[in-house]
Amino acid sequence: MMNPKFKNVFIRVLRRWVFIFLGLEILAFSLLGTNFLSLDTLQNILVSSTTVLLLAVGETFVIITGGIDLSVGFMVGFTGVVCAKVMVTLQAAGTTQAMAIAVGIAAALVVGLLPGFINGVLVAHLKVPPFIATFGMYGIAYGCAEIICNNVPIHDLPSAVGPIGHGFLFFWVPGKLFRTFVEPSGLSSIDLKHLVSLVPNLFLITVVFTLIFGFILARTRFGRHTYAIGGSIDAAERAGIDVKRHLVKVYMISSFFASLAGVGYVLRYITGRAPAGSAQVLDAVVAVVIGGASLYGGKGSILGTFVGAMVLATLVLGLANLALPTYYAYIAVGCILIIAVLIDQFSPELVHKED
Amino acid sequence: MEPILEVRGITKRFGGLVAVDNVDMKVYPGEVVGLLGDNGAGKSTLIKMVSGVYCADAGTIFFDGKEVKIDNPMQALKLGLETIYQDLALAENLDVYSNIFLGREKLKRFLGLVKVLDHSYMLTESRKVLNRLEIEVPSLRNRIRTLSGGQRQAVAISRAIYWDAKFLIMDEPTAALGVAEQKNVLSLVRTLSSQGVGIIIISHQILDVFSVATRLVIMRRGKKVAERITADTSPDEVVGLIVGSIPGDVPNGDGSDVKLSPVGASHAG
Repeated sequence: MMNPKFKNVFIRVLRRWVFIFLGLEILAFSLLGTNFLSLDTLQNILVSSTTVLLLAVGETFVIITGGIDLSVGFMVGFTGVVCAKVMVTLQAAGTTQAMAIAVGIAAALVVGLLPGFINGVLVAHLKVPPFIATFGMYGIAYGCAEIICNNVPIHDLPSAVGPIGHGFLFFWVPGKLFRTFVEPSGLSSIDLKHLVSLVPNLFLITVVFTLIFGFILARTRFGRHTYAIGGSIDAAERAGIDVKRHLVKVYMISSFFASLAGVGYVLRYITGRAPAGSAQVLDAVVAVVIGGASLYGGKGSILGTFVGAMVLATLVLGLANLALPTYYAYIAVGCILIIAVLIDQFSPELVHKED
Repeated sequence: MEPILEVRGITKRFGGLVAVDNVDMKVYPGEVVGLLGDNGAGKSTLIKMVSGVYCADAGTIFFDGKEVKIDNPMQALKLGLETIYQDLALAENLDVYSNIFLGREKLKRFLGLVKVLDHSYMLTESRKVLNRLEIEVPSLRNRIRTLSGGQRQAVAISRAIYWDAKFLIMDEPTAALGVAEQKNVLSLVRTLSSQGVGIIIISHQILDVFSVATRLVIMRRGKKVAERITADTSPDEVVGLIVGSIPGDVPNGDGSDVKLSPVGASHAG
């Protein structure tokens, strides 16, 4: 028999295999690729991970309760279209850019809560299986988005949208200047060469919400109840938890994150498109699962999901860096997913001998 | 003295099946009442209406002298009415102390702003209550999944007694326990009753019930068929009442006595 202390250390490491995997991944691409280990590439990874990461954070809550939210895919497009449409309409009506952008974002975030509310009611009160309820909503969101945008992508957004979506928190020319948020203008070409842009805005927004909800899941009563419902819905109910209400909130969190992703899409691509995000929904589920969650519920963490999303983003950009076709990424993601589930199934339980 | 709990004419139907049919029952403070009956007699359904898991289709519940509506488990818990369920109802993915405090977590302020879980408080308090039961659980940070049946039962019991219940319902509290542990639980029942807690105990171990209960209520096929003072009856009579070989005091609705037939006997407890 293995020494129990050693065994627990082993289990802990095994459970966090995805951290090690991410490290190895970055190491491998750095050695094999060209200029992979650079600030630009790493920040590219962060930016390109934002859609999947946002969807995955919301999805983590849903999956921990034992459900799944497929609607988030087209929710990105739906809320993105709402956001873009409101911005364009307000701009045409002559409001200031700041106003148009702020109201557009707020509208998307508010409207985005509704599908989550409906999902939650369907799942919790009307006992519709989550897969069906949210898959139905997936279609509804897409259809509504196409109606709103009249089947054409919405362009001509306020001109400040691009700089926000492509901006950074810090701009720094070593030894010369340091700015937050506003890109310095009128720099000489030499200074421009030395300009370091740090922390992309989109990633900053994503990380702020990820941290807040990671805290909620890990440290608060709401988080604890989320795990309890996934562990045993009967136990949660009999312990006096209002399970139905809780589930509605969880599905609303998921659609809120989809709306954030929708807004992020508009800021990044400066357009609102109905099909946006549909390709990311499964990536989000994969990120959650390789981050240690179980589709049976009761398990998972935001930190794990974060690393899971980074593994995926690193893989895609790393393969691109190696000039390998994207279909290799599908094979790799498929393998990682299966390995993740196998490790989850066969890793033993952590048993403490004393408090 | 007023009963702490009284149910009058309580009824529960599942489709065409009447699981509990017009049952009356009283429990006084400090009294231990044994609720007995065969599988499918309606014992668990009856207590689930009291604990808020099921809503009664008819009948009234009085608690502490007042008529109460118990529509969900939280209302029962708020009244001081705790239940240990036959299936224990634990979240297996959570650790011991999280289960003991589930739904009633102890919180503390984080940076003076948000309320977060107070793990160390819950851990120490859980340790105290488990020690009372003298059942060894190595670490309260272990998930329920890793525990033995007896340890799980101890957690379920601890959860119920931690909150200073006025009333305790125990559905098969000793089923998963070894002999020594069963003794602990039964002596705990006596201690709680001496403190004035009203208790309903359901168990297939008739001798256990005889050793702690002062009064027995016997159910058969959804109906209360007899009520006995423990000192005035014998296990043989009670078994006869349970299986129907001795006719009960209360006739069936149609005036005939209960005949053994599979109809209606299929619904679990």
